[in-house]
Amino acid sequence: MTIVKNKVDAVIVGAGWTGAIMAKELTDAGLSVVVLERGPDRDTQPDFSYPRVVDELEGSVHRKYLQALSKETVTIRHGIADTAVPYRQMGSFKPGTGVGGAGSHWSGCHFRALPEDFKVRSNLEQRYGKKFIPSNMTVQDFPITYEDLEPHFDHFEYVCGTSGKAGVIDGKYIEGGNPFEGSRSRDYALGPNPNYLGAEWFYKAAKEMGYHPYPIPASNASAPYTNPYGCQMGPCNFCGFCSDYGCLNYSKASPNACIFPAIRGRENFELRTLAQVLKVNLTADNKKATGVTYLDAQGRETEQPADLVLLCAFSLFNVHMMLVSGIGTPYDPVTKTGTVGRNYSYQNLNRVVLFFDESVQANPFIGIGGGGATFDDLNGNRNDSAKSGYIGGGIIWARQPGAGPVRGIQTAPGVPNWGSAWKQGVKEAFRHSFYYEVQGSCMSYDDAYLDLDPTYKDAFGRPLLRMTFDWHDNEIKASQYLVEKATDMCKVLGPKAMKGDAKKDGAHYNVTQYQSTHTCGGAIMGSDPKTSALNRYLQSWDVSNVFAPGANAFPQNNGYNPTGMVGALAYWCATAIREQYLKNPGPLVHA
Amino acid sequence: MSDDKQPTSRRSLIKSLVFLPLGAAAGAGAVRALDASAAGPAPEGQPEAYTPTFFTSAEWRFVHAACDRLIPHDEHGPGAVEMNVPRFLDKHMQTPYAAGDIWYMQGPFVKAAPEFGYQGKLALRDIVRVGIKAFDAHVGREFAGKAFADLDGKQQDALLQAAEKGDLKFDDISAKLFFSTLLAEVRNGYFADPRHGGNQNMGAWKMIGYPGMRADYLDWVEVRDKPYPIGPVDLAGRRG
Repeated sequence: MTIVKNKVDAVIVGAGWTGAIMAKELTDAGLSVVVLERGPDRDTQPDFSYPRVVDELEGSVHRKYLQALSKETVTIRHGIADTAVPYRQMGSFKPGTGVGGAGSHWSGCHFRALPEDFKVRSNLEQRYGKKFIPSNMTVQDFPITYEDLEPHFDHFEYVCGTSGKAGVIDGKYIEGGNPFEGSRSRDYALGPNPNYLGAEWFYKAAKEMGYHPYPIPASNASAPYTNPYGCQMGPCNFCGFCSDYGCLNYSKASPNACIFPAIRGRENFELRTLAQVLKVNLTADNKKATGVTYLDAQGRETEQPADLVLLCAFSLFNVHMMLVSGIGTPYDPVTKTGTVGRNYSYQNLNRVVLFFDESVQANPFIGIGGGGATFDDLNGNRNDSAKSGYIGGGIIWARQPGAGPVRGIQTAPGVPNWGSAWKQGVKEAFRHSFYYEVQGSCMSYDDAYLDLDPTYKDAFGRPLLRMTFDWHDNEIKASQYLVEKATDMCKVLGPKAMKGDAKKDGAHYNVTQYQSTHTCGGAIMGSDPKTSALNRYLQSWDVSNVFAPGANAFPQNNGYNPTGMVGALAYWCATAIREQYLKNPGPLVHA
Repeated sequence: MSDDKQPTSRRSLIKSLVFLPLGAAAGAGAVRALDASAAGPAPEGQPEAYTPTFFTSAEWRFVHAACDRLIPHDEHGPGAVEMNVPRFLDKHMQTPYAAGDIWYMQGPFVKAAPEFGYQGKLALRDIVRVGIKAFDAHVGREFAGKAFADLDGKQQDALLQAAEKGDLKFDDISAKLFFSTLLAEVRNGYFADPRHGGNQNMGAWKMIGYPGMRADYLDWVEVRDKPYPIGPVDLAGRRG
């Protein structure tokens, strides 16, 4: 017997960044809103309070704040002819669970995309001619521009207390910021955080090479701050427990700290936790959603009718929800038709570790997730693809989110994995090493996509999402190129040893090593319903009362972390619903 | 467990440490030893008496011997045995995590390239248990009925190295998988907060200069010229 709840105006699947933003915006507009979150409720107090939250074994081994793969996971294969196997243990990427989602255990790097990142295909064609883009590379322009999103980038930065240094405001350059960024309407909410040693030295090395270093925009507050919703943040104390952990200090922006406090008491808002949404229910003609079906905290099948359905789960699970619900047409890599699952992309992350002698106090346990330094001299249009031999770009950065020995200690080349020599190696390395990383873009291809697995099921009996993804030559070249640039730069600092992990020719995607949680695409936004699942307002082309904001909407991934863009897209989507959709429900773009 | 069957390094470690805290330590050490006897935890350097509830006596001998080779006591700092890593392992194997709580454990279980990670059906506690049994059975065949714990340090190291490289072949489990799993768990026990059973008196943190769960460094972010000065603190608020 299915329990049927009273109908609401909008049901939101997931209580992470996009769900929180949607709930705020739609309750502001007077709608009755229910948020269904599969995980538990979480708040700074008591869940992320000191000292309970800083337990490395619980946080980074038992993965207390991450999704249990036993409930829901994906299967992965490299090529369309291979058999996929389950992602059984957390490795390459780390979706979250519970209120806050990945927005509670992220690091805090908060970038805007570059103006040219919005028009990848037309930009490449303009610079290098129509034949330059390989035929299997399915990159597309976003159906919106940097200018469209600027007010939303700005607003999200102020909600998050983002700490940084503007490089361009109203077209005017400002010393110390990123000279290559899109023009801003004003500076960041807060000034930059102080530099740890590796970041300070990054400036020295980068300037020596003629690069233009600037502070990574960090949603880790550099000073006491009250956001536009009245939520208070405290200055980051560099505790070293950002990535994998919730913030103990109200310093790292999260839905928990920055949005939910403003809406928890609202009469037109209800948050139901331990509510696992199974599918979106559609009318017989598959053109309208009628609500969602979920398992409540007691495991009872429950239906929540609603006029609007907002898919605000982690990017991969938004795509999964569309596929299991029959929203849109699944992508077929053979005929290259269909849209849901199309253009899955990732991030191209590589690391260079620098080891110094005992006089250098690197103190890697002093950590701030989003702080540090970076430069854009090799990103966006600064990369001349005709010369570098690859399409895309990337940033090199100094970032120190906080190291602890359970999370792993990098040892110098030649140090064994155990025994006395290992002990000596960890002792020498721990306080006297730091790393720089290159974070590169990842293009999309006709053989990188998401669909439903034919064999494996989740704990609720649904087919798992299947990821078909491998590195292409373009990304391997980019990795080698950027790691070489980073290594060249590091030599100036005179480390006694260095270790870089550029991808080797023919390297395959390895799911066992953490690389990045920046899984993108699969339900992309576009201007053509034949090649995109969502229109320019993140609205399903096929089911007009379903919107799916998230990184799933990126047609390909740029060199930056996605969260700044994800938040801005959610505000953009919410604005379209408030200002256009509610007045006249139906498709906002006619194909 | 008889110490006589331990390799030389372990025997000498026990001899050199059991009588050390009160006899050889200076004032501060003696005070700490007295405090410890009142508060419970044994002085640093001596593993606490502990009766395993997960491991059998044969497994317990293997675990001690392996811990002693993977992270030995030496001039760099304490070893895994004196840091109570065997106790950590015994407790950790009884957690939901070790039973496969957060891993996807549904079949079919098919072979896949190493890039796809572990694809077997054994949960952590079973990898350890099946692995120890297979390892000791292998040693029994090669060394006239002896167990891994009966061998000398050199022989033990050679076997562990062979397992690490994938040169050992067991029937029931990949020796390489068992080795990498065991090593990761031994490191976890050595470095995790003492509340989980190992890292006695934060000895492993002191060795590498980790301030533990202090989690507050704003005053030290921009200090360059001297080492971080404060010792570790653990989740229970004890200072090391």
